[in-house]
Amino acid sequence: MAGRIFVHKEITVSSFAAVGGKEEKAGPLGAYLDYHEESGKFGAKTWELAEGEMGGLALQFALAKEKRNPKDVSLVFAGDLQNQCVATTHGLLPFSIPYLGIYGACSTCTEGLLLSALALSNPSVVRCAALTSSHFCAAERQFRLPLEYGGQRAPTAQWTATAAGAFLLCRYEDSPHPVRLTLSASMAGRAVDGGLSDASNMGAAMAPAAADSILTFLSETDTSPEEYDAIVTGDLGSEGTRLLHQILADNGVSLGERHRDCGMLLYDKDKQDIHAGASGCGCSAAVLAAYFLPALSSGKLRKILFLSTGALMSPSSIEQGEDIVGIAPVICLQSGKENHFV
Amino acid sequence: MKFDKEKYAKESKKGAPRSPLLRNGFATFWVGGSICLVGELLYRFFLSLSLLPKTASVSATVALVFASALLTALGVFDSIGRYAGAGTLVPVTGFANAVVSPAIDTKSEGLILGVGAKIFTVAGPVLLFGTLAGGLYGVLYALYLLFFGM
Repeated sequence: MAGRIFVHKEITVSSFAAVGGKEEKAGPLGAYLDYHEESGKFGAKTWELAEGEMGGLALQFALAKEKRNPKDVSLVFAGDLQNQCVATTHGLLPFSIPYLGIYGACSTCTEGLLLSALALSNPSVVRCAALTSSHFCAAERQFRLPLEYGGQRAPTAQWTATAAGAFLLCRYEDSPHPVRLTLSASMAGRAVDGGLSDASNMGAAMAPAAADSILTFLSETDTSPEEYDAIVTGDLGSEGTRLLHQILADNGVSLGERHRDCGMLLYDKDKQDIHAGASGCGCSAAVLAAYFLPALSSGKLRKILFLSTGALMSPSSIEQGEDIVGIAPVICLQSGKENHFV
Repeated sequence: MKFDKEKYAKESKKGAPRSPLLRNGFATFWVGGSICLVGELLYRFFLSLSLLPKTASVSATVALVFASALLTALGVFDSIGRYAGAGTLVPVTGFANAVVSPAIDTKSEGLILGVGAKIFTVAGPVLLFGTLAGGLYGVLYALYLLFFGM
């Protein structure tokens, strides 16, 4: 069998930033965002361009934190939820960084980090950036109903986050400051069809893919959940989380309190009207940049598994009644220069 | 991974949180009822202006459609709809919202390709099948009159 686990040697995430909108600012992680904008327009004339502006801002913050110039970046892996990833394309225009567009639905954040780490194994690549965004207003327009439509959402529905996360990655030797955290290993996810087609219950559609990735990663690396301080999923929400625990239990694995879901961390479920939690590729990216990476940098967390979860579907595939296929790439992040896999 | 699709489909439905029926039903009836009450008051108001009953009834409908279009444009209707559900959806107010909201949404794509092409994305099926059903009923009624009429 081909090797599933990619071990990365001396790769660090040297800088990161998170940007959000009004709801994200009002959530429990609001204080940790680098920037937010109440109107969600970010000075643009359409929601689609607003998302691009927001992504651009996140990258600008990540670059500014280590006083870096866009010219220093060899390659950016970036994507969003819009058709043909137009938000990202427009947002990245002013930077003029060599760009590889990626799409993994809400798993794009982890996908970009994984690809950046792989690219850095080539010595010609000095510095990579990974960037992801999603915007509630642009996503609603594309996937659901008009913004001003007065209807009720299903209790299992999730709220697309207006958020973006940007990350700069390099080898230890190119880090501008002492290495604070390490991207030690990664694994691309398999597309998993859980047999569900309800677009207002995406957490349930993605849970089987998350379970497949967690089980595979643990068995391939011969590690147990207890060895990780946290196993973090992207945007399963409350429903997906419930079902993930059930599938894992069927397979004899229990994560317990160790499991965290970015979709449940971004908003305050009791105070904000967001139903089953947050979703969108900006969700896991912003939560990673605003919460988990700082915790790893400071040593509060030593080792985590991070898997953004993507629901691979389009408005047409949903209308045609096709199943929503899930995917969940995994990365292992560790504090300082620790690397469990070398 | 041990995973059974059929069992999973059942499991995902069984444990999922349900819509709060009692709360939603309550909101639906009081908001929907109030809208109908406003309609009735409008109807009487128009009658008092010595409009014919038929004209007064159409005028009341038009006034309700206008109000809900205005509230949609002001960005208030979606919040009311989120609370009231079928209470605002079933009366003519819901239909107005279903036409105006895509119109606002697609303004950024221009008058022709945006508003013009997409204004009926939500209300389209109702318009199409409503018109078809009306036509079909008309044909059946004509046939009825032909064979069984006076």
